Order: sequence, then structure tokens, then C-alpha cells
Amino acid sequence: MSKKMSLAMAAMLMIFGTLASPCLATYKIGALFSVTGPYSFLGDPEKKTAEMIVDQVNQAGGINGQKIELIVYDDEGDATKCNLLARKLIQQDKVLAVIGPSVSGLSLAIIPIFEQSETPLISCAASYKIVSDDQNGGKPYPWIFKTAQSDSLAVEAIYTHMQKHGIKKIAIMGDSSGYGASGREELTRIAPKFGITIVADEKYDPKDTDMTAQLTKIKGLNPQAIVNWSVGPTQVTVMRNRRDLGMDKIPFYQSHGFGNKKNIELAAGAAEGVYCPLGACNIPDLLPASNLQKAVTTQYEKDYAAKYKEPLSSFGGHSWDAMHILINALKTAGPDKAKIRAAIENTKGFVGQHGIFNFSPSDHNGLTKDAFMMVKVHNGNWALAD
Amino acid sequence: MNMASLAGQLLQYIVTGVTIGSIYAMVAIGFNIIYNVTEIINLAQGEFVMLGGLVMVSLHMLWKLPLIAAFPVTVVIVTGIGLLMNYAAIRPIRRPTVLTLIIATIAASMIIKGAAMLIWGTDSFDLTAFSGRTPILIAGAAIQPQYFWVIGFLVVIVAGLTFFFDKTIIGKAMSACSENAAAAQLVGIDVRWMVLLSFALSAAIGAIAGITMTPIALMDYDRGAMLAIKGFGAAVLGGLGSFPGAIVGGLMMGLIESLGAGFLWSGYKDAYALAALLIVLFIRPSGIMGNRDVIRFKRF
Repeated sequence: MSKKMSLAMAAMLMIFGTLASPCLATYKIGALFSVTGPYSFLGDPEKKTAEMIVDQVNQAGGINGQKIELIVYDDEGDATKCNLLARKLIQQDKVLAVIGPSVSGLSLAIIPIFEQSETPLISCAASYKIVSDDQNGGKPYPWIFKTAQSDSLAVEAIYTHMQKHGIKKIAIMGDSSGYGASGREELTRIAPKFGITIVADEKYDPKDTDMTAQLTKIKGLNPQAIVNWSVGPTQVTVMRNRRDLGMDKIPFYQSHGFGNKKNIELAAGAAEGVYCPLGACNIPDLLPASNLQKAVTTQYEKDYAAKYKEPLSSFGGHSWDAMHILINALKTAGPDKAKIRAAIENTKGFVGQHGIFNFSPSDHNGLTKDAFMMVKVHNGNWALAD
Repeated sequence: MNMASLAGQLLQYIVTGVTIGSIYAMVAIGFNIIYNVTEIINLAQGEFVMLGGLVMVSLHMLWKLPLIAAFPVTVVIVTGIGLLMNYAAIRPIRRPTVLTLIIATIAASMIIKGAAMLIWGTDSFDLTAFSGRTPILIAGAAIQPQYFWVIGFLVVIVAGLTFFFDKTIIGKAMSACSENAAAAQLVGIDVRWMVLLSFALSAAIGAIAGITMTPIALMDYDRGAMLAIKGFGAAVLGGLGSFPGAIVGGLMMGLIESLGAGFLWSGYKDAYALAALLIVLFIRPSGIMGNRDVIRFKRF
């Protein structure tokens, strides 16, 4: 055997070796969550849920006989880190698809990377802009999907409830983060459709200690209801301030970000009577037996509590939906990014934690406002609102 | 809107502003004590406040210590952490310049924050209010009993510090270090011991601020930086190094925020406070109560 031959064989071996290894090994899925940092209340349950699902699927034999390998990175809620980690997942780890990020701002920031590298991304964040390309007439970006209900759906659910109770004059308040800003935009945009006028729009910082000033101003304007759009400790403080000011007679609505029982505990009674739109996974025991989501939500609650010994938060549900939609797509498409994308886009009637998903080329969120149920805090627990 | 409700609103804004301002003032005093003795801006000051709140929550809610017992224990624990920080982050630096020391405090603040996240996780915690949560109604304004505790503790701290610095020999020695460390050393004052003491005092005051504010605003591991920024703003506004200045600066910041949010647009309330800070610095670079002659001798 000549020297050339052996060189050629060595080269062939190397090429085949690198080509073969990703196919032979496992299905690699990437995940980007804000596990630490200011948005850890989103990223932490999302990461735990994704890991739990991967364990379950792998124990049951994997997808088409292949194990899933989940690579989770923590972006710490920082857009620069998120950007770097997204590139790392695609270029170094060579994942087939990515779920996350947890936050709208970060999801928007990494859209171009996924569009350019043609890798499917299923975001777990709320803003409708993630699946609406302004430069392309509001059509979704081809490679980007999301499982969290858009803020616009939550706003519609709240306004529908207000309309039913004859509320026409409202005050809105929210924090100055991306979440608050996006909610404020939607609240103002959709209000005329429901014949609702907004008499006050107050803002506060996500780390503020007191919202009495904003509420006092609202009190002077006598609105029929107040909507608050924030996440984190401020959404609890605002309810306490409201009670101290004797404003508990004015109906108070929180955003879907309120979906964690810990918030009710922290409010120390001040949350009684507060309304908020929630996905099914917050309230499995309240669902009627006929509800399609009853089975999956009950199972998820049981599994999560058994594994992590803590109550689940609705944010983990977004990660549950994203993982299962992706796993279903992998089952039919195999390890091919373009086929995975097409399979996600053709997902119909998927019963998830936060609604029944029907994706299409023009809708990459796949949910309607029925994905939300209006819930009221009653005796320190959720109850369906009338 | 009638006049009575307008007066009620105004009173509400003032009460809220004074309460928030008192917290800022306590943080500002903490900055000043360390600055006076060492010329360091201790950027971990906000972490002391956060630790005060969280340690208190653990002692009271988890280990069921009554408030009156948990309070001093918390202050002692946080003071201990302040001392530890001095030993671990400040003393070992071989050729200390003011800048390297300030950078060391940033490192310390990150370590404290990270450790707090590992210990308490990322959730917010609540603390029982010291005397219930039934608001007191005065002239149309609702006042939380806890507000009085916050303002009251500020008064106690100020009175205590005034006595300490004016009447006790250790306090006078600390003041001497702040005037001129080299001269103080010459007359036999152990400057290193004074630095240690300044960290202990700052940490203790930070802890008190954290304990009193937690029943109002909850507490989580990530609160420190924001409080440090506001407190530092208050200290500069009032004049770095001046205790009356810290109080004036803190209360002004709180009032501007609260009144600005109430009568103007709430979205810009931080901007109002910072604009006021800039205007004051343009007119009086040493701050409202700062002493221009003293500032001239400082390196930073």
C-alpha cells in the first residue's frame, strides 16, 4: 500500500468519523434559560421541567430508539451572554433545535442567529413580536416559534371579562421592564376594540420598594378597575399598597405573570379578590373532567412535585409545551433541521399545558385567547372567576 | 377632584417619600462612615441591606425567633460579615490605592450576592410587620405602621452616631482618621482598627435598613445594587462624608421620586431624582452639606 493510499484512507476515516458521529450518537437539543439573575423565577422552573422531560423520555427508550441529549445554558438574563451561548449551541454543540430563552427581550435579540443558521427555535417568552416580523407585514419568522401565550391574548381575556361586567374606564400600571412595556403597549392598542378608555398609565421600576404614589394618583381618578402588568416582587408590593390605601373595592387585574401560588402567600391576604388570566396548568384541579388539558396538567403537576418537592409555576409549563412539541417533531422528522421546522409548523391539536396548539405557516404561536381562563384569588387559592 | 383629596394625596406622597428617603438615607450613612475613615466608596453597601433583610427572614420565619431577639442577632451576623469582608477583601491588598480598594468592594458585593443566591434561592421573602399591617388613616392618607419604624430607626441611628462621634473617645478617634489619617496615626490612633470599626458600623446600619424595609417591600438576593445606587446618589447629593447631608440627600431623593411619580409622569421618577442630583452638583460640587475645603484634601 502506497503512502498516498494510506493518507487517503486516513483522510476518509476522519471525514466519515466526523460525519457519522452526530448521527450515531444522540439527538442533541439546546436550551437557553435565565436560570440565575433577575428572571430566575422564569428560567429555573423551565430548566427543571426540560430536564425532567428528557429523563422521562430517555427512560422510556428515547425517540425512535435515540436518546436525547439536552444542553442547557444559563444566559443570566443578559442579552450579550444569550447571544454568545446561542452561537455556541449552534456552531460548537451542533444542536438540532433550541428551546428558550425565557425572556422576550432576549428572544428578540437572537432571532437573526437562528434565521441565518436555519435552526428551529421555540421561545418560552410572551411578546407577540417574537413571532411577528414587522418588516414582513407581521408574518412569523420561518424558523422561530413560541409556546407562551402572547400578551395580546392575555389582554383580550382581561378585556372580555371587563366587558362582561360593564367596566369601561380603567387605569393601567406596570413596571419599566420589557415585560411591562410590552403589556402596556398591548393594553393601549386593544382597549378601543372593547370600548375601554384608559384614564391613567403609571410606571415603576422592577426593583422599586413602594408603589403608593402611583396608586394614590390612580385613586384620585376614580377608575372602575386597575390592571397591573409586572413580574417579580413588585406585583406583590403593589397589591399590599392597594389594600393599605383602602382601594380593595376597585377590581384589580394582574397579568398572566402572576401565575404562581407563592405570590398569593407573599401578599399576606392582600391578593384576595384579585383577577388574573391563567393557563390551564396553574389550575389542574379546577378544570372540569371534560377539559382536554385536565390529564396532561394533572400529570405534570404530580411529576414536578414528586421530583423537585416544590409547587410548579406556570412558566415551567411553557418549557413543557416547547419540549413536547419538539419531541413530537423529532419523532416524525428525524435529525434534519428543515424537516423538524416543517413538522413543528404542521403541529395540529397538540394538547399542552397552556392550551391546545394549532400551528400554521401564518401562526407560530398556535394559541387563541381561549388558552387563558380568568381566575380569581379566593381564600388564598385560585378559583374560576365568573 | 376636590381640595380635600388633593391635600390627602399630597400628604400620601410626602409620607411615602419620607419613608423611601429614610431607607436611602440609612444606606447613604453607611457609605459615609466608610468613606470618612478610608476614602473608599464601599459598593457592597447595598448587599449589607439585602443580607439584613434575608438573615432576619430566616431567623424569624424559619427558626421562629421572636422579632425582638432576631433583630439584634441579625445585626450581629451582618456586622460579622462586614468585618469578614474587611479582613478578606480590603486588608490583604498589598499596595492599596483608593481605586483598587473600590474595585475590591465590587468583587465583595458580587461574592456576597452570589452566596445569598445559593443560600436563599431567587425567590422574594416576606417578613412580619413589626406592629401589624392595619394602615393608619390621617387626613385621607394611609400610613403603614411599618413606615414609622423605618423613620424611627433613622432617627435612632442619627442620634446614636452623633453621640458616638461627638462624645466618645473612639468616635473622636474615627473622626480624626477622617480628617487626616497620617496625623491620626502619629498621635497613636490605630488606623487599621478604625477601618475595621467603620466596616462594622456600616454593615450594622445596612442591616437595620434591610430589616425595617423588608416588611414593606419584600427582599430578594438581587436588591442590593439598586439600593446602593440610590443610597450613593443620596450621599453625593447631600455631600459625601456629611451625616446631616446623608439625611437631607436621602429624604430629598425619596420625596422627589414620590412627588414626581404622583404629579408628573411616574415613568421618569428616577430621572427626576438624578436630574436634581446633577443640578446640585453643578451649583455646589461638594453636595448640599458637603464641605468644600475638606473635599479638596480628599484623593477621591
